[in-house]
Amino acid sequence: MATTAPEAFQAHGDHHDHDHAHDHPGFFARWFMSTNHKDIGTMYLIFAIVAGIIGGAISGMMRIELAEPGIQYLGTFASMLGEKNPSFDQSLHLWNVLITAHGLIMVFFMVMPAMIGGFGNWFVPLMIGAPDMAFPRMNNISFWLTVAGFISLMISPFVPGGTGNGAGTGWTVYAPLSTSGSAGPAVDFAIFSLHLSGAGSILGATNFITTIFNMRAPGMTLHKMPLFVWSVLVTAFLLLLALPVLAAAITMLITDRNFGTTFFDPSGGGDPVLYQHLFWFFGHPEVYIMILPGFGIISQIVSTFSKKPVFGYLGMAYAMVAIGVVGFIVWAHHMYTTGMSVNTKMYFTAATMVIAVPTGIKIFSWIATMWGGSLSFKSPMVWSIGQIFLFTVGGVTGVVLANGGVDDVLHDTYYVVAHFHYVLSMGAVFALFAGFYYWFPKMSGRMHSEFLAHLHFWVFFAGVNVLFFPMHFLGLQGMPRRYPDYAEAYAHWNHVASAWGYSIMAAGMLIFFVNIIYSLLAGKKAADNYWGEGATTLEWTLSSPPPFHQFETLPVIDDKAHH
Amino acid sequence: MAVDQAVLQRRNRRVGMTMAGVVLAMLGLGYASVPLYRMFCQVTGFGGTTMRVSEAQAATVVSTNKDIRIRFDANVERGMPWQFKPVQAVDTVAVGVRDMAIYTAKNTSNHTITGTASFNVEPEQAGRYFSKIQCFCFTEQTLKPGEEVRMPVIYYVDPKILDDPDNKDVDEITLSYTFHVTAEEKATDAGAKALDRAGTGG
Repeated sequence: MATTAPEAFQAHGDHHDHDHAHDHPGFFARWFMSTNHKDIGTMYLIFAIVAGIIGGAISGMMRIELAEPGIQYLGTFASMLGEKNPSFDQSLHLWNVLITAHGLIMVFFMVMPAMIGGFGNWFVPLMIGAPDMAFPRMNNISFWLTVAGFISLMISPFVPGGTGNGAGTGWTVYAPLSTSGSAGPAVDFAIFSLHLSGAGSILGATNFITTIFNMRAPGMTLHKMPLFVWSVLVTAFLLLLALPVLAAAITMLITDRNFGTTFFDPSGGGDPVLYQHLFWFFGHPEVYIMILPGFGIISQIVSTFSKKPVFGYLGMAYAMVAIGVVGFIVWAHHMYTTGMSVNTKMYFTAATMVIAVPTGIKIFSWIATMWGGSLSFKSPMVWSIGQIFLFTVGGVTGVVLANGGVDDVLHDTYYVVAHFHYVLSMGAVFALFAGFYYWFPKMSGRMHSEFLAHLHFWVFFAGVNVLFFPMHFLGLQGMPRRYPDYAEAYAHWNHVASAWGYSIMAAGMLIFFVNIIYSLLAGKKAADNYWGEGATTLEWTLSSPPPFHQFETLPVIDDKAHH
Repeated sequence: MAVDQAVLQRRNRRVGMTMAGVVLAMLGLGYASVPLYRMFCQVTGFGGTTMRVSEAQAATVVSTNKDIRIRFDANVERGMPWQFKPVQAVDTVAVGVRDMAIYTAKNTSNHTITGTASFNVEPEQAGRYFSKIQCFCFTEQTLKPGEEVRMPVIYYVDPKILDDPDNKDVDEITLSYTFHVTAEEKATDAGAKALDRAGTGG
């Protein structure tokens, strides 16, 4: 960290195009020992795309099994994964392995690395006018810890986990299923993967906080920071406060499993419900960790393509702070059915609904930003508007589920699955795609195809809605989540979700990959500020792609605020 | 720019260290939550935790003439070769009046086993009013092959339950005990529990 900084701070006069020879390390040194925030950001994005392909393929395996009632494919999948002549129980166990892997991959190895590691690393230093992150070498460690965590998770399906190979505990890893219920090393590998990626995220969060507090360019006060930087700052604090609690909980799981402790085992005076409290004390802030940077991205984009500053800047910033704070005191709404008194349920219901207020501030401020703006519907803007709409749909079902009494009926049904896919695989993922099309030319120097980006949007939008909207109906009809089989009555909507929804969504993803390949091979060279007038943050003052080291002379931000 | 490099480095280190402190504090809080949660349950009766009271406290309770049914439930951990059951399935007692219930446990195996009982009350919101003056929870009980013991529980239901709106519809409380093979036993003779552990995975 410290050694590279003096070089970065040498005043070279002009800060453009400083790709000197000494900035060109060899391939191995550049990508494996990288301390450059942009290279690390790129690696995070590539990593997230790879993990996303694996996680998406797993959801394909689940959807094809769910296309019809009965068990059709799980046995085949189990033998493909190396289980010789799998028994029926082992096939069913594979289902648990699939849902666990899908959840863990998408949360810890797709959304988080892309949002925070990818876009955060790339654009936080650029937007605050810093030459790099505060601790560049720690940044490198964060990335490789995440990769190591992913490898650990990828090992777990190939080692015994109780009934069959793999960790079949669900992403929540509830005890006692994850302790006495799953013999064998698979669950240990899965838990260890959370340790590794969690440590990586904690180091990353420390790095972001230090960077944002100490390395802003002169004149860049906290209240002038772009909202994306605000969102990453709040997210970093959530990570810092929530992840250690998860680390404690899963370490207790490890010792309960292997070293005879009884934190969650009633025979020694422990309580499995305590694990749920600890997990959700982390788990609820975690959902905001996944969506807040997305909010930041949306704010930048909506402002850019409305060609006006974001409406209610301070309200937007502090709404995120409020969401972060309140996010820590609502965790038990995930546990309404563990037997809570009416008063406890009442509190958690009310506290949960309060979150709708700052979230509403954000939604309405985005709309107010667009109101009267000079709108241009470029691909990032279209994705953002899609995100705002779909996230709001997910938010509405969230308010429904926040009710303790209603949740008694809907808990662990497909209604919940529909809800969190609307806020995550639409809210968070649409924000990711919006950010990707917004910044991809800045990062790569090549313009993507706007036509393909729009086509990607419309196909993907149709796909995810056909895929996930019927899950509301299934949930209200009482179909429980986490089962590979279901009653005949649920066949119709499951068929729609599998045959139509998943296929259309997958076709949309294909367009995305075609677009990336097209732009890298034949994309037009991107100008410094290819979105023009509305794009006012500091990354647009640099070339596309930015120089290897930027802001060797720190930019000075004048009093005329631009967010 | 004007910020001295060394100054920036020092500031970075300070913020970084502060954040590391926050992480350690949260990690500590995660572990501290284990005893805190237990205390919380004991104080509030959360999750059906019953109350331990002393003789002196029990003496101050004013009895009422409102009856409540107490149902007794006994379980052993899966695979534990003990016969454990209450002598009476149900008792009807007046709220505030002290009652004694007897459980019996018999070792049906051919080796000595030490067990400990955990307990719970249903419905959960009644836990804080279920006051035990004497019980055998969490005390180790060693039984030789074929040996049988009688274990008393002396308890009363706190009259405050009559004023609690959450307990308005409660006219029956179930007291449940589960015997577990203790950890020491498992380690020494690779006992029933260890065998069962492998089994429940399957």
